[in-house]
Amino acid sequence: MDFETPLTARIKANGEVTTLAEYRDAAGYQGLEIALSMESTAVIDLVKESNLRGRGGAGFSAGLKWSFVPRGEGTARPKYLICNADEMEPGTFKDRWLMECDPHQLIEGMVIAAYAIEADIAYLFLRADYEVAAERLQQAIDDAYQEGLLGDNICGGSYSLQLYLHTSAGRYICGEETALISSLEGKRAVPRAKPPFPQVSGLFGKPTVVNNVETLCNLPHILRNGADWFKSLGRGEDAGTKLFGVSGRVKNPGCWEMPMGTTIREILEGYAGGMQDGLKLKGFLPGGGSTDFLTEEHLDLPMDYGAIGKAGSRMGTGTMIVLDDQTCPVGMVLNLIQFFAQESCGWCTPCRNGLPFLRQLLEDLEYGKGRPEDLETMADYCRYLGPGNTFCALAPGAAEPLQSALKYFRRDFEEHVNQGGCTYRQQAKANG
Amino acid sequence: MATIEVDGTSYEVDGDRNLLDACLGLGLDLPYFCWHPTLGSVGSCRQCAVRVYANAEDTRGRLVMSCMTPVTDGQRLSIRDPESQAFRDKSIEVTMANHPHDCPVCEEGGECHLQDMTIMSRHTERRYRGLKKTYTNQYLGPCISHEMNRCIACYRCVRFYNDYAGGKDLAVLASKENVYFGRHEDGCLESGFSGNLVEVCPTGVFTDKTLSRSYNRKWDLQSAPSICSSCSLGCNISPGERQGRIKRIVNRYHHDINGYFICDRGRFGYDYTNADQRIQHCSIRQSADVTEEAPDYRDAINAIAVELAGAATGGNLIAIGSDRLSVEANFALQTLVDEDNFYSGMDPVQHQLLQSVLGIYRRPGIHAPTLREIESADAVLILGEDLVNSAPRMALSVRQATRNLSFELARKSQIPLWQDTSVRNLAQDRRSPLMILSVAGTDLDAIASLRLSAAADDIARLGFAVARCLSDRAPAVPNLSPDLESTAAGIADCLLRAKNPVIISGTSCNTPSVVESAAQVAMALSLAKSNGQIRPSWLSYVLPAANSLGLAMLQEGNDDNHLERAMQRVLANPGQCTALILQNDLYARAEPSRVDAFFGNLKSCIVLDQQPNRTTDRANILVPTQTDFETEGTLVNNEGRAQRYFEVFATDNPSLRDNWKTIANMAKAWVNPGTGQGLPESLLALARCENFDDLIALLKNRGGLFGHWDRAAPNAAFRIAGLKIPRMPHRYSGRTSLRANIRVAEAKQPEDRDSPLGFTMEGAPINIPGALTPGFWSPGWNSGESLNKFQDEINGHLKGGDPGLRLLQSPAATDMSAATSSDWFSVPAATPTAANGRLLAVSLPRLFDGEVLSALSPALAQRAELPQLEIHPETAAAVGLVEGHIATIRLESCQLKLPLRFNPRVASGLVAVPADVKTAGILPPVLLPAAVTIE
Repeated sequence: MDFETPLTARIKANGEVTTLAEYRDAAGYQGLEIALSMESTAVIDLVKESNLRGRGGAGFSAGLKWSFVPRGEGTARPKYLICNADEMEPGTFKDRWLMECDPHQLIEGMVIAAYAIEADIAYLFLRADYEVAAERLQQAIDDAYQEGLLGDNICGGSYSLQLYLHTSAGRYICGEETALISSLEGKRAVPRAKPPFPQVSGLFGKPTVVNNVETLCNLPHILRNGADWFKSLGRGEDAGTKLFGVSGRVKNPGCWEMPMGTTIREILEGYAGGMQDGLKLKGFLPGGGSTDFLTEEHLDLPMDYGAIGKAGSRMGTGTMIVLDDQTCPVGMVLNLIQFFAQESCGWCTPCRNGLPFLRQLLEDLEYGKGRPEDLETMADYCRYLGPGNTFCALAPGAAEPLQSALKYFRRDFEEHVNQGGCTYRQQAKANG
Repeated sequence: MATIEVDGTSYEVDGDRNLLDACLGLGLDLPYFCWHPTLGSVGSCRQCAVRVYANAEDTRGRLVMSCMTPVTDGQRLSIRDPESQAFRDKSIEVTMANHPHDCPVCEEGGECHLQDMTIMSRHTERRYRGLKKTYTNQYLGPCISHEMNRCIACYRCVRFYNDYAGGKDLAVLASKENVYFGRHEDGCLESGFSGNLVEVCPTGVFTDKTLSRSYNRKWDLQSAPSICSSCSLGCNISPGERQGRIKRIVNRYHHDINGYFICDRGRFGYDYTNADQRIQHCSIRQSADVTEEAPDYRDAINAIAVELAGAATGGNLIAIGSDRLSVEANFALQTLVDEDNFYSGMDPVQHQLLQSVLGIYRRPGIHAPTLREIESADAVLILGEDLVNSAPRMALSVRQATRNLSFELARKSQIPLWQDTSVRNLAQDRRSPLMILSVAGTDLDAIASLRLSAAADDIARLGFAVARCLSDRAPAVPNLSPDLESTAAGIADCLLRAKNPVIISGTSCNTPSVVESAAQVAMALSLAKSNGQIRPSWLSYVLPAANSLGLAMLQEGNDDNHLERAMQRVLANPGQCTALILQNDLYARAEPSRVDAFFGNLKSCIVLDQQPNRTTDRANILVPTQTDFETEGTLVNNEGRAQRYFEVFATDNPSLRDNWKTIANMAKAWVNPGTGQGLPESLLALARCENFDDLIALLKNRGGLFGHWDRAAPNAAFRIAGLKIPRMPHRYSGRTSLRANIRVAEAKQPEDRDSPLGFTMEGAPINIPGALTPGFWSPGWNSGESLNKFQDEINGHLKGGDPGLRLLQSPAATDMSAATSSDWFSVPAATPTAANGRLLAVSLPRLFDGEVLSALSPALAQRAELPQLEIHPETAAAVGLVEGHIATIRLESCQLKLPLRFNPRVASGLVAVPADVKTAGILPPVLLPAAVTIE
């Protein structure tokens, strides 16, 4: 390896958890000590300078996000930091790895972020199904409290932070930061209108920052090694390393830490070992289940927020789902739409009723009841569910695989109409 | 103000509003579902999309939800551009994907906002081929039907029911396309405002079950502007009639009073008018055993005239009025028998309480606020009223008042006030102060910053102590505990810090000191807040009945002519007096044995009433009266606003005449034989009254508070372009054939000489004055949402003017430093602790069965809780009472047996007696508070 992997360097090959002692031996909590020795605004400036962008999918500058939090005397208290660990994007399992194997890295990152925004209380909002992570995080939190790394007067200084682990009830929408906040308040997990942004009126109406697990995990390293070091990690425009994952019918599916800007080909053909024998690459969703398909022609693009965006998709969580030539794209998209229709919170009409509408059309296609005009209807609906038209980003994301599949794999859709159902299944049947 | 350009036309609009609100306010058509004028914006339905352009050069623009987009100066937008139209069409398409095609059998049909918006969005083609979702419906009680299959998930129901009205038992359940709006299990909706769901729901999920029993479309219902008579607030309502039966009541918007919502008592309590037991005919009792049933109306009136003339010559004629009936009916009666012989029908305490309230309202430094003003208060002090039960709509306003802190916070955070969820999320549980002093706790306690249970006099003492804290010129309260001293100081401080504090009290405690203490607080507050210039304090009293204040005005300054005085007069002259009683069951007004004695000593008793009761049983001559739906009149509400109501439909029973008309007919019959020699001119004038305006003119001649009486509503001569105002919607069907089963020949429509309204669908359809608007409809807007077209701005005044006439304008700011010690009320002694097993019995108002007429409604009767005596567990232990046992209360000749329930919110030493109509018949609430024995 010719690059550093700060996020995963301490992770043991056997999947065991890194203990507090082991973490400290490997320079753990030094970043926190450095942060606590700085003015909190200086921490924000440093993180801004480092060009750390949110790893949850939107890629918004973390430092900038923090800078919107009202500061100083007279601001509303308590302020909150929330770690969004409700990892439920289809095909995504990067945060899980970080939390299960190196929980202190996340805790240290959370305390640093909380210190930067002058938060009094931090919540770690964890996906319900991550039971191993829950157990290990709770142990790590207890240990950190024990060692004075959490609670009152952290590291003997004047800063205090209470950190709580909250395991969610398990809804995809809780990954949306305002729905997460609603859920944490004990309400229905329905997103909230922005403005007001959570930084102004968030949890319990108080200033709140929500950051993704991976984003927070970068902080100890930025504090320890500086902004320039962090920027130097990236190969292209974006700074730092990133956890990239590959799922689908490749030889070696998995998750690896690599520099930002690593090409898709390197990830797919290098780390994931390329397609399984006898299969060809048909397309892939570069950033999880709610991003647009890219195809072979995009393999040499760097995994950068900008580059992937220009190609018409999104880097999202950086975890790819690969579609091979023997798998039906209509079926795959139906599977995804089904997922998103099921995970709709039910708040706004286009998402609540529009996604089932699309599911119905895709089912009809799959089962031989499709009509030629359905393709136009679907494209029409993908536009209807576009950004800004719905209350939050769930439905626009849900429409992305379908709208791009209609573009790249249109022939498959037409075949479904003309051949009276799924041609892949018919083929498989014919092959016995 | 801001200038916006909509599809090329420039408009001036309020810059604090959102685009949807602004566009609708301009009279433009833009479809919406989830937005509501008072519930604000939440952005869930995505139906109100418009295209907004960044600047003059921008030709692409972007789609926004108008309800979620603030108005900005210079904004350019398009409602008509093809893309936003296509978007709205598609929103309807998905909204309708699961909506049943059951409009022909749906009770919302014809006044369905979803129908209207579907047509407005020009959605015509159905592309969805999947199965529709179906749901199980719930039993929600006798008032509301539930049909979830029709739901379009606009979330309005839960936002009204829970967020706005504080309900707890309606929720959105499940998620995604399965969202379900209902209760956790079948059962009656508990909130006293549940009926508003019928109007809040944009389609037929929640419909009026009482209309359902004998259903008619909106366009087949005849309506007239009406005023709810089931409490003292005077909410404006629009009753719908067909074939001589009132079928339902809907809210009639009044900017200052009810706004968009009324309570369930007002909405579902109308059935007394349809009751089979109604008195339909006159009857004359010749002797104890011989009663002439159904004599001709004329004969009955003539017989009465003979009685009246005879009694009057001997000075033995008395009349008893009614605080539920119109000012005009009472005035006619007062004129008929002469002022000295007219009695209010109230017991002395209540009579004097009302005179006291009237006097207080007319003091400088006092302003009787409208409900709209109460909603804007940022601190509320309630002395001795359980508003949810005694003046429900005011409770809803007070609930909104507690939100003013959240609006304040939102302003600071630059969150637009119409961003409903954002404002609520910001404020969370933080509320403006609400301080409630009550005898037995109230349903508003849950959102109160201070709640305290005490006996009425102790509530008053605390009030007086608050006044003392506000101004040291107010008398001090002796022997107050240090705890209460500091509570009083806290309340005073809170009122002082508030910008618009309001003090609410009323007659429910039947205790003068409570009413006086509220006034004391208000006066002291005015003094404390005056800064060279007097700023009147807001003081609102809840009164016993719909026209309590109107009746008090007719007897202004007369503390004596109450029921007790009438009884004394009769008992002093046994067998001499003739009494004329106007719709007033005296057995609910005084100790029953005393009422018996009163009737026993009358020479003759003439009763005018609509429902049989113990008083009508004692009548020698009984004349049926009309309900408020059948006649016209004016009621004066608790803030002193005279509001005219109009005949909704003409009855065809010749014995049923307007109440005032029957009284005028008596005068006529009395005057005729003797050509009026020696009779007072006022009586002769009454006899000359041919129509309602004649009577109004007489009343106006009284001057004073009545000097502008004709301004409460336009008179019968009023016309728009020469036309009357139609009571029927213009699509009213079957007008000429409705009665064909009785007679094929087409009957002539009844004429209305008493108002500018016609019993027809023909007439002036537009520019109708607010006071004459029977209901709301506009082309393309068949539902109640058409109200948008009748307001000067959204949630604003009716274009035709706010109905009614405020009679009690706050006197010009006088120098209150001149206030002398005689202007202050004196402080009562503390309530002695219970001794010898005696407790202080107090009366508790009841929402569903506490008002004598609405309680006859089967739907409300079903919703009423079983009457129980309530007592604090410790008080019960002290006198050896066990929960669940039947306890007996004795007071004078009254003996009341009810089960006992423990309620820790009842003040110590008290036993709370429900004021439901049935219990009131055994132990009239006017006898309370009183020390009683209980076992």
